[in-house]
Amino acid sequence: MNLGRLYAIAFKETLQVWRDPRSLAIALLMPLLQMVVLGYGVSLDVRRVGLCVYDQERSQISRELVERFTASDWFRINAKPPDDRAVREAMDRGDCAAVMTIPVNFSRVLAETGKASLQTVFDATDVNTTNIATGYAQGVVGMITADFESRWAASHGVQPPTVGMIDLRPRVWFNEGLDSRNFIIPGVVAIILGLVGAQLTSLTVSREWERGTMEQLISTPVTALELMIGKLAPYFMIGLFDAAFCLCAAAFWFQVPFRGGVGTLILTTALFTLVVLGIGYLVSVRVRSQLGASQIALLLTMLPTTLLSGFTFPIDQMPAAIRAVTLFVYARYYVTIVRAVFLKGSTIGDLRLPVMSLVLFAAIIIWIAARSFHKRLD
Amino acid sequence: MTDAVIAERLTKTFGAFTAVDRLDLTIAKGEIVGFIGPNGAGKSTTIRMLCGLLRPSMGRAVVAGFDVGREPEAVRAHIGYMSQKFSLYGDLTVRENLRFFGGLYLVPRDQIEDRTRDAVEMAGLRGREDALVRTLAGGWKQRLALGCAILHRPPVLFLDEPTSGVEPEARRRFWELIHRLASEGVTILVSTHYMDEAEYCNRIALINAGRLVASGSPGELRRRELGGVLFEIECSAVGTALLALKRAPGMIDVAIFGDKLHVLLDNASSATGLRPFLARQGIDASPPRAITASLEDVFVQLVTRPHDITVPT
Ligand SMILES: Nc1ncnc2c1ncn2[C@@H]1O[C@H](COP(=O)(O)OP(=O)(O)O)[C@@H](O)[C@H]1O
Ligand SMILES: [Mg+2]
Repeated sequence: MNLGRLYAIAFKETLQVWRDPRSLAIALLMPLLQMVVLGYGVSLDVRRVGLCVYDQERSQISRELVERFTASDWFRINAKPPDDRAVREAMDRGDCAAVMTIPVNFSRVLAETGKASLQTVFDATDVNTTNIATGYAQGVVGMITADFESRWAASHGVQPPTVGMIDLRPRVWFNEGLDSRNFIIPGVVAIILGLVGAQLTSLTVSREWERGTMEQLISTPVTALELMIGKLAPYFMIGLFDAAFCLCAAAFWFQVPFRGGVGTLILTTALFTLVVLGIGYLVSVRVRSQLGASQIALLLTMLPTTLLSGFTFPIDQMPAAIRAVTLFVYARYYVTIVRAVFLKGSTIGDLRLPVMSLVLFAAIIIWIAARSFHKRLD
Repeated sequence: MTDAVIAERLTKTFGAFTAVDRLDLTIAKGEIVGFIGPNGAGKSTTIRMLCGLLRPSMGRAVVAGFDVGREPEAVRAHIGYMSQKFSLYGDLTVRENLRFFGGLYLVPRDQIEDRTRDAVEMAGLRGREDALVRTLAGGWKQRLALGCAILHRPPVLFLDEPTSGVEPEARRRFWELIHRLASEGVTILVSTHYMDEAEYCNRIALINAGRLVASGSPGELRRRELGGVLFEIECSAVGTALLALKRAPGMIDVAIFGDKLHVLLDNASSATGLRPFLARQGIDASPPRAITASLEDVFVQLVTRPHDITVPT
């Protein structure tokens, strides 16, 4: 391996990225765009869940209840259907993701017994939203309950039950709106890295085949390994830069609590970037057209990352067969690591299983990539 | 002194198709050999094997003292190659391309500056060092590609149709450069499908359908290979005349050259009968005029000749 040749390749590759608007856009604009779309898109959806209220009672208390839900900011009151049929219809139309029914005798039961039930039906088509919305609803009801409890206690001349006050807080905190975002944004970083890293590198070899420069290149004494490392070096830097941008955006802009070590994050991110670049390079070597290579790279990175990494669908809720498949989805390890480092403050030691898995993936893929390029036309 | 290029029964098959068929070729040091043949003859395939880019299916080749099958890397370090398709980076400048190839060939740091300047000078690109290569016209591009291919001062140079699609004046300038390199001792194999460029070479190797059909200096080939005397006839209906003349007495071969016919006769005395022969077929023709054979005549003659004739070397 000769450093002079390696540098020549890396420098040339950097110039080409710098002068190619498409590559530049992928490298610099894509992370920004994705971060905004995924970061906000995801949290907005869950923040303002459509709620229909079927108020059978129409009392002062029931109106107060609805008022609380509106004020919570987690729900958007969409419609107040007049009867059962209208409730069903509103849900079928997709006007609301949840329907809350306040029974006719709600305030009377509440006043007499100090307990009353609210029936809330959730549209479970979107499991994620439903889970989160259920939590919100419990939070709102919890706060209302505390209020009513103290009022009821006051009107009956007893001390308000302090147990309820204490019990209340954690429930609200645990289902706090930001939580889902905290959970999702670290996954977004994996998506962006996969997208940017594999997309850019998938073009690097196929472009040379397509433009006819490869034949000249392989007639020189440059070795396959020099070519690979020289070509990947600039993309590795771009990948790390993008990752740093995304992780900073997660921590500072989206305010995802960061409880772990920066070093852990850098190390594991570098590992993940290697895996992604290795995949891009491998595809680029095998598929000699730029279009084909970028499509296949997209398929190999985006699809498993969005569907099977636990980013959107929790892995422990998948069928056993699919859970087994996710063992080979390299992104799941990185998603796990980033979440744990951010939210739990985990260290490399805590994370040795996913970290070792990433090391293994990186080694295997880079090894295959290095061996798959031959300086021959046949 | 050993030869710079030695190919022995070099063969390349793609599936059932034989692109290069048992080709023998030796090139002495400092020689310019023109590799001539129509499209699809197997020129590029041969050159790629000699550069170590394609594995020979059979036979062997030694370039600059190294076996192309066994030591392709050593071969690559000692050759310069210009592929048929233009292959510099259009999105890099003149200087950046030169620096890039200089880096790949490990041109010493204290010489890169000088050699880059030489290459720019040679390509006639002084003052345009910072122009993107895709903005250059064909002739400049080709000369720059040559400059990149010789940055490491290789003793052997393979140029695959370097002048195709380049205007005549630029082609002439390109050949001047080739001669200058040869005078410095560089061995050059250059392929072309322009017959007129054959005259620039010390020796030419004619290839057709994967087989070497003749090789020798342009003069030698003209004298030796034709096997008859050549005449030119002008006439009204070239196509009809061509068919008719095939049955004329003393005829070896007849071919259309532009708006004229070239006829190859077994001896000069057969020429007198041609005009009356054509007149009997209702074709008006000029008297046959003896001409010296061009290489194109030689080539046409060689490739239409039955293939059992042994290939001269
Ligand atoms: N990789 C390949 N696979 C199959 N056939 C090929 C390949 N490369 C060249 N050929 C065929 O081999 C023949 C010789 O091609 P080539 O050497 O490029 O000819 P030339 O350079 O003289 O025009 C052509 O018929 C071409 O179609
Ligand atoms: Mg060719």
